[in-house]
Formats: sequence, structure tokens, C-alpha cells
Amino acid sequence: MYNIVSAIFLAENIKKIEIKAPRIAKKRKAGQFVMIRVSENGERIPLTIADSDPEKGTVTIIVQGMGKSTIELNGKEAGETIHDIVGPLGTPSHIEKFGTAVSIGGGVGTAIAYPTAVALKKAGNYVITINGARTKDLVILENEMKAVSDEAYITTDDGSYGFHGFVTQKLQELIDSGRTIDYVLAIGPIPMMRAVAEVTRPYGIPTVVSLNPVMVDGTGMCGGCRVTVENEIRFACVDGPEFDAHKVDFKNLSDRNRMYLGEERQSSETASHKCRIGHQQ
Amino acid sequence: MDPKPMTTKERLAIPRQAMPAQDPKERIHNFREVNLGYTPELAQQEAMRCIQCKDPVCIKGCPVNIKIDRFIKLVAEGNFLGAAKKIKEDNVLPAICGRVCPQEDQCEKVCVLTKKYTPVAIGNLERFVADYEREQGKIELPDVKPASGKKVAVIGSGPAGLSCANDLARLGHSVTVFEALHELGGVLMYGIPEFRLPKDIVKTEIEGMKKLGVKFVTNTVVGRSVTIDELMGEEHFDAIFIGVGAGLPWFMGIPGENLLGVYSANEFLTRVNLMKAYDFPRSDTPVFDCRGKNVAVFGGGNTAMDAVRTAKRLGAEHAYIVYRRSEAEMPARAEEIHNAKEEGIEFLLLMNPVEFTGNEEQWLTGVKCIRMELGEPDESGRRKPVPVKGSEFLLPVDMAVISIGNGSNPLIRQTTPDIEVSKRDTIVVDINTMATSKEAVYAGGDIVTGGATVILAMGAGRTAARAIHEKLTGTAPNFNEW
Ligand SMILES: Cc1cc2nc3c(=O)[nH]c(=O)nc-3n(C[C@H](O)[C@H](O)[C@H](O)COP(=O)(O)OP(=O)(O)OC[C@H]3O[C@@H](n4cnc5c(N)ncnc54)[C@H](O)[C@@H]3O)c2cc1C
Ligand code: SF4
Ligand code: FES
Repeated sequence: MYNIVSAIFLAENIKKIEIKAPRIAKKRKAGQFVMIRVSENGERIPLTIADSDPEKGTVTIIVQGMGKSTIELNGKEAGETIHDIVGPLGTPSHIEKFGTAVSIGGGVGTAIAYPTAVALKKAGNYVITINGARTKDLVILENEMKAVSDEAYITTDDGSYGFHGFVTQKLQELIDSGRTIDYVLAIGPIPMMRAVAEVTRPYGIPTVVSLNPVMVDGTGMCGGCRVTVENEIRFACVDGPEFDAHKVDFKNLSDRNRMYLGEERQSSETASHKCRIGHQQ
Repeated sequence: MDPKPMTTKERLAIPRQAMPAQDPKERIHNFREVNLGYTPELAQQEAMRCIQCKDPVCIKGCPVNIKIDRFIKLVAEGNFLGAAKKIKEDNVLPAICGRVCPQEDQCEKVCVLTKKYTPVAIGNLERFVADYEREQGKIELPDVKPASGKKVAVIGSGPAGLSCANDLARLGHSVTVFEALHELGGVLMYGIPEFRLPKDIVKTEIEGMKKLGVKFVTNTVVGRSVTIDELMGEEHFDAIFIGVGAGLPWFMGIPGENLLGVYSANEFLTRVNLMKAYDFPRSDTPVFDCRGKNVAVFGGGNTAMDAVRTAKRLGAEHAYIVYRRSEAEMPARAEEIHNAKEEGIEFLLLMNPVEFTGNEEQWLTGVKCIRMELGEPDESGRRKPVPVKGSEFLLPVDMAVISIGNGSNPLIRQTTPDIEVSKRDTIVVDINTMATSKEAVYAGGDIVTGGATVILAMGAGRTAARAIHEKLTGTAPNFNEW
């Protein structure tokens, strides 16, 4: 059992949770993740480490309630516990002084991009961040991002805040303005990452994406997280989760991520059904 | 007065006692253990078949040299607890080994009765004795030597790690086992299914080790959460044993392997066993819904048999084993092949997949196979299968499980480069001590041999424990005193 030290909503359905896990807090580097099992019969779900405090011995994750497990996790408050957390897993982000680095986050992908943006800044890069959300209320980590960016942009699909449009449009604008961009990191929904890869491909800008396949163990043992990169099988939990965006087979990834859609629906329905019963009592 | 001792002739006249088992028609609908175990009467009857050879060759056939003749004698005499004690001098996990060892390739293969009659059912007896002891609640806590003040870290809680930890704890060392997963037991928990090895047995063994003082730390991936150098440095461990198994599933590298519905055996079995997907949605982890579907498992080892029989229990209409050699070359235990057939598993032998086919939505719909014939023996001594030109055909399947073996997980070697590894990425050791190229670091089990057996992993754990004890104290332990 691991203690939750703090838990606060950043936006509707998006919660920031700080968990006591000293070993992980001490070791983790930008780009790594943990596997969490919320309860006894829970799934093992991968979540990127958004931040850590080695002194306090805590790691922070940012969770959007989507399926049964993430909704259950989001229902947790400070003082409660989760059953299991293991990490840090995955290969840390490759960080160096590239020059001008653009970090792009879509939705909760912003939370995943944040630690890498911090590391890029520390390494002496000129950091531009572009963070997209559907609408103003879903914008997260705005101040944190500003603090690590030399330039920070927010985009909303509905124009309710910041730039009206997609992150890719903002990126294209930056490229068109003729400035040199040496490195792009894009994290978010698969269509967004794929679109960013297509924007940078013609210019040959090195672009990295963080992939989110279904995982079971997160240690390289099951092969369930396999992705196709340059026509080769790679295990995202060990070789990744970050890969060269121009070499990733996004279609295969989004296909494979559909594998349990039916079951997930069934599982969430049973969960929300239980909730409703709970409310009546 | 003692009854008159039986003559050899009388002993030889007793038939081998069959293992009582669940009816195949029934058991394909549940995950309960297939074998029900001997009764005391059956066990004694079987034990009487042993002619107590002057030179008990069976012992040499056992990788850990259990004193087979002596424990069987005790069974024949009805001293079951004494028999359990005798086995445990050499094997700490008899309830497990009695169930999963390939006896027909080991002790029972060389038993003198094998040539003319059928071998003594050594495995069944081992299982009986261990179960008897456990069910009577008579598992004695073994003596523990006074504390040595030395700290040993064991990495991985599979059979190799457990046996090493157990021995070292009894020798008085402070032992901490670090396990990557949330559950202890390695392949015994996440790989081998309940119907072959009930998880409660593994849990009881681990509880026993906790009572001996072994500390278990789950959710810790050595190489990621902490490195070997940190364990030896900041955390002051005097020695390390690496028993991390062979955990990196191989794929076949044929088209369509990433279609939806294609699994590695590790993933399929982990979902079902460790994550309890058979109980979905009460348990949150799903697995492909096999009900009424056709499932093909590629491979001929124990893992393949476990996967295909699991699919059948999950409701598969047709569950096939597709194997590129013939049945004689199958590495699986003979009993599992037999049980699989009884359960209606269909064996497609001398066949190899060449391509998976899928539908628009990328779900698996079939597998194109080619027929094989056996050619000249290869380096493993088995006749090499060669494809028969033009013999391709399409087997319609909805789910496929690839069970062709495992490579080694890279985490330890990447983070501890001074441990020498072979070309196959297994850890190189001195087989007499299990010492690696790194000072005070030992290794054993599948990470050294590549995918092998539970008993070999356990034996390696003990060899390492002996060497570690000698290194830490300067004296050799005597396990025979136990
Ligand atoms: C499905 C299946 C069926 C089998 N059936 C049989 C059978 O009938 N008979 C038989 O004799 N053999 C059988 N085997 C083979 C047998 O299980 C193995 O040979 C044996 O378990 C190897 O033991 P081990 O201790 O080396 O490794 P494992 O049992 O693999 O245990 C290794 C442990 O280390 C952990 N680990 C890995 N990396 C790390 C890390 N970096 N840090 C911390 N922990 C780590 C793993 O999570 C695991 O728990 C079977 C194997 C499988 C997969
Ligand atoms: S070889 Fe067979 S008959 Fe002889 S002692 Fe061993 S088990 Fe008994
Ligand atoms: S999640 Fe199992 S190998 Fe990556």
C-alpha cells in the first residue's frame, strides 16, 4: 500500500496526485513512467511521472478519468492509499542542448511533456511550449509551463482561450515565420502526434513522440506494448516510451489501442452502475 | 510383528498407480487443478513398486539428487512426514516440483523399472508427500542458524530466487528479495496456470520463507528502481543473487504479428493468471473473449500447452497447437500433452505459420501455414523441420498465441555492464558456484540457462547459496544436516 499525500483537481476530470514512493522519487528522470494498480483487482496502468520530490520521497502523476481504473484513481483523496506503484520505468528522455526546442502537449499530454520541458530548459535550450486543449476549462499547468518556457503558447480548439486552432497550426506558424527549430517533442492523443510528425517531416526537424500503447507489466516481459518503429517490433515500456516520430507506425498503434474498447466500456459501465447504487444508499 | 517383506517379484507385479484426475469433460469448464493427487493407500501401493535398488540410478537422474529410494521407502512404511523431511533435505519446493518437473526426462527416465515395466511414479509420490505434510498443517519450521550479520539481496522471486533466499536465511543471513511485479513467485504465479499448479501452494511456500525471516519487497525493478551497484553500495548488501528469469518474449517476425488478437504466451498467461482476466469484469484486466472462437497456439513447450488449455477453458471452440516438428520433439511434459489431448486440444504437427491475415479493422482472421517435413538433425540433435514447397493453407483463427521462447530482459545488463553476458545475452557464470564476472554477484535460473525448468532454477539457487555462504563466512554449509 502506498500513501497519497495530496490530490487536487487541475481541471474537470483531471487530477494531480502526489504519492509517497521514495525509491521512485529518487531515481526518476524526465520521460519515465510508473505502473499503478489502484486496488486489489485492479489493472496495471502506465502513468507518466509529472514531477517528483526526492526529499519528500514523493512522485506526482496527473490523471484524466477515462476508463474504470483512472476514474477510480481520480476518486482518491489525500490520506487514502493505492495498492501498487512501480517504477521508474521506460528509457528517460534523451536530453541535450539542441538549440531551440519546441515542446507540444495535447490535453493531459501537457502533463507528460512538462518534465521533459523542464529538463530541456535546464540543458540550456531555448524552450517554446505549445499546449493545446479542447476548451479553456481544460487548460492545465499553464503557469508551470510559462515558468520553464522562453515562449509559451496555448491553443484551444474552440478559441475560448489563447490561439484558436490546433497545436499543429501554431507549430506551422512558427516554422513559417522562418525561425530555426532544432527539436520537437509532441505528446498527446495519437492523431495529434501523428499530425505533428507530418508537419515537421518535410523540414527534417528531429521530432520525438511519447507512445501510449496498452501495457501489462511495464518491464519487457509480455510484449503487449509492442509498437512498430521503422518496420521493427519495439517494446514501448523498455525501448520507449519515446520514439522518433518520423519512424513510428501510428496506424498500427491506434489499431492496437482499440483491442479492448468493448471490454473497457463494459468495465466502466459496471463501475458507474456500482456508483449509482452507492448514491442511492 | 512386521509383515513379511515383499519379494521383488511381488513388487514388480503391482501396476503403476494412475493419478486420479478431474474428468476432461468437466475440467475444460473450470480452472481447478486437473490432478487430484494420490490417496495414502494409492501412494503406499505405488511406493511398494520401488525395488530399493542397491545403486539407485534415479537419484542421478534428479537434477538436485533427491534421495529418492529413501523417501519412497518411508512412504511405503507409511511414514509420510518422514518422507517429506527426507525430500526437503535436497528440494525446498517438493509440492511444486512434484507437479511440474519433467520426470519422464529425469528420475523416471532412468528408473530401472522403465526398461521392462513402467517407472515408479516418483513425481506423483513427491507431490503426495508434500501435499500430505501441508494439508496436515505439519510443515515444520526448519532450524535457522544464528545470525551471521551478513546481508544478501536476491533479485527475482521465481524458483531460483526463492530457493537461494530460503537456504541463505536458514544459514543465518539477512535476506531481502526484490521482485519487479506486485506478486511473488515468478513464472510459478504469472505463467503456470492454476489448473496445473494451484497458487495457494506457491503462497504457502512463500509464507513459510517469511517465517524464516526472508524479507520480500515487491514492485521493485532492479536496474530501474535501484541498481545492483546501489544495492551493494548505499544499501550495504554483502552479496547479490540474480534470478530474474528469461523474460523477453520472442516474436516470429512474420507479417501480421501486430494484428489485434495476436498475443505472446507471456501476455496471454499473465493477463489470465496474474491479472485474473478469467474473472473479468470482476477483475479489471480484460483478455480476448475466446468463447466460441478458434485459437491457435504456436510452439510445443509447457508454455504452449498451458496457453492452449487456458484458451480452451476460456471457452474456445477449436484450440490448436501448431508445432513445426513432430510430437516426439515436443519439449512439453508428457503428462501435459496427454492431458491436452484428453481435453480436445487439436494438434497440428509439422506445420509452421508464415503469415497472419486480418480484416479491415485489423482483427486477426487466420494464419497461413506451411507443412514441414523432418530433415537432418540440427545442432540440438533434433531433426530439423524443412518446409514442403507449395503446401501452404489457411487456418481460420480469431486469436493466436506465440509461444516460441524468451530472450533475456536487458535491464540488468544495461545498468550493470561489468556483468559478463553471452552472445545470447544470458549471464555467464562459473557453474560450480554460480558466480558472475562481478565480485560478490551470483546468478542462476533461466537468466543463465535460457528458458529451462523449475528444478534447474532451484538447483542453481542452492548452488549459489552454498557459494555465497562460503564467501561470506569462509565455511561450507552442510545441507545434509537439515
Ligand atoms: C507458462 C510456463 C510453463 C512452464 N512450465 C514448466 C513446467 O511444467 N516444468 C518446469 O520445470 N518448468 C516450466 N516452465 C519453466 C520454468 O517456469 C522456468 O524455467 C523457471 O520458472 C525459471 O525460474 P527463475 O527463477 O529463473 O525465473 P522466473 O520464474 O522467471 O522468475 C523471475 C522473477 O524475477 C522477476 N524479475 C525480472 N526482472 C527483474 C528485475 N529487474 N528486478 C526484480 N525482479 C525481476 C520476475 O518478475 C520474476 O518474478 C514453464 C514456464 C512457463 C513460462
Ligand atoms: S531406480 Fe526406480 S526402482 Fe530403483 S530405487 Fe529408484 S525409483 Fe526405486
Ligand atoms: S508492457 Fe509488457 S512488455 Fe511492455
